[in-house]
Amino acid sequence: MTIGPVPQESALGIGPISVAPVDAPAEIQDIVPAYETRGVWRLALEVFLEHRLAVIGVGIVVFMVLFCFVGPLIYVTDQTTTNLNNQFFRPAVSGHILGSDQLGFDLMGRLMVGGQTSIEVGLAAALIATTFGVLYGAISGFAGGFIDTVMMRIVDAVLAVPGLFLLLFLAVALAPVTIWVLILVVAIVAWLIPARLVRAETLTLRTREYVQAVTMMGGRGSRIVLRHIVPNAIGTIVVNATFQVADAILLVAALSFLGLGISPPATNWGAMLSDGVEYYADGYWWLVYPAGIAIVITVVAFNFIGDGLRDALEVRLQKR
Amino acid sequence: MLGYIVRRLFQAVIVIILVTLGITLLLHVLPGGPARAILGPRVNAVQIAQFNHDNGLDQPIWVQYGTYLGQITGLGPVLGGHGWQGVNFGFSYRLNQSVGSILAQDVPKTMLLVGLSYAIAIIVAVPLGIYQAVRRNKIDDYALTGASFFFYSMPVFWLGILLIGVFSFTLHLLPAVGPQGDNVGDLFTQLPALILPVATLALITIASFSRYMRSSTLENMVQDYVRTARAKGASDSRVLFAHVLRNAMIPILTLIGLSIGYIFSGALITEALFNYPGMGLRFWNAGLQQDYPVILGIIVIAAFGTVMGNLLADIMYAVADPRVRYSR
Repeated sequence: MTIGPVPQESALGIGPISVAPVDAPAEIQDIVPAYETRGVWRLALEVFLEHRLAVIGVGIVVFMVLFCFVGPLIYVTDQTTTNLNNQFFRPAVSGHILGSDQLGFDLMGRLMVGGQTSIEVGLAAALIATTFGVLYGAISGFAGGFIDTVMMRIVDAVLAVPGLFLLLFLAVALAPVTIWVLILVVAIVAWLIPARLVRAETLTLRTREYVQAVTMMGGRGSRIVLRHIVPNAIGTIVVNATFQVADAILLVAALSFLGLGISPPATNWGAMLSDGVEYYADGYWWLVYPAGIAIVITVVAFNFIGDGLRDALEVRLQKR
Repeated sequence: MLGYIVRRLFQAVIVIILVTLGITLLLHVLPGGPARAILGPRVNAVQIAQFNHDNGLDQPIWVQYGTYLGQITGLGPVLGGHGWQGVNFGFSYRLNQSVGSILAQDVPKTMLLVGLSYAIAIIVAVPLGIYQAVRRNKIDDYALTGASFFFYSMPVFWLGILLIGVFSFTLHLLPAVGPQGDNVGDLFTQLPALILPVATLALITIASFSRYMRSSTLENMVQDYVRTARAKGASDSRVLFAHVLRNAMIPILTLIGLSIGYIFSGALITEALFNYPGMGLRFWNAGLQQDYPVILGIIVIAAFGTVMGNLLADIMYAVADPRVRYSR
């Protein structure tokens, strides 16, 4: 089906969706079909569902979340006390489905607990980074002039330091690394991209008529930014947030490899992987592959979702 | 254009100043300060005072910062009336060596690793992306897209470990450790050792570059100028290589510019994994040993490289695409 340009306000579910007048002439009703009952989110959902890989991505993420957070309730293991009598069991031996690691932890249970940290850090860091970055970028773009220049030079300055360097430096400075430190440092490295993206969008959005209308009606800057600019940039924001989760999981893994992961007995997939790597050369392959595969699958899944969302949200006007 | 470049250079200077300022402030608020980190937990107050005095850390922070800026730009001695004596990045706390000489040692080695990897990545990724675009939504495009997603989603160090597992442990073809030596010449004599680190870095770079190339080619293949070229009777290969390729390369030029920063700063994970003696490994060790002058020096160089790379990317973009003119 084809429809005309979608009114921006209605795209966001704020304010009433503009409806073709009931008593409009027949030819106008032909031009504007009954999309008013469907809403743009619904359209976006349909495009998203057509994207087969994106649906697979959602399936994988749902499975991983259930596995990590509900799994331990069903498959109960001890993940705090070590038992060296249980060291290095092969998979499927003595009741350990995926075997056990160098400290005698059951690897299946460890995968669940480690996944909790990886997913929690990924989601929380992406949420914090996106929220802060979006507000920063929108304010900078909306304010314009000198404030914009100063705010963006700060972004440039932080971006000029390679991400991993900054991450490593912050982790050293803030050690010992807890889950909160992990979330914070990943967010500090990650907020710059949404800030830049949203600023660029804001520069075009602030000249729109509806923003001028709000200004004329006496709307304050905060209202314009929060109710009009941010919702209209939501496509860019959501897509980027999805990729942020994937990147955050990889960043945490990298940090664990560099020896600045979370302190035991807590763990995450990256830490399991980099710990297992030390024993990989001795033939204990099962210490490495489950965690590695879990990371790859989850990161791929979030990338699939991001691609699907981009198709669904960003080009919605061209597609339908 | 010239005015644009001058303005961007001015911005670049400001960014570098902000970077150094930010890092100096961060170092200042570190609990205990560098003295405690370097001299250990059993140090007494007199020793801390002595250390701080020796390293100028007992001065007010703005004096310290001014001194540092004067050192790294070489302007300090000039203002003091001694003439320009070159730049000075200070002295390492741990290595009994000036930071400048450490950087001079490490930058070329990192350039070798990263430069080689990126060169290979571009040579492979550009044809690969075009091929995928031509074969879009066919089975081989899906397979290659799947492969690039796989490499893109892989923790770098795990990819390196898998390569080591296959080529060093199983096949005994290549050494598991990167080349060692004090200068680039030494590294060049150990070419087999260079292969795995370069391959690791190149594979993940190919994964992302080829995806850019694919979508950029696809985008260009539906443009009006392609239809025009077809209409006047140009062959498929001429349309692809004479018309589409040149336009599709523009985003890759930007990517190359943005990668220049890494040529200076190195690849932290790859260098750490293969014990490759570049800037990344140096930064990691300096970070763990809290050798702040080295950390600061590397960050300044990395930031400088990144800023220059961004500038170069913008200029290349304008040169390659006449529609882009920086006039404002």
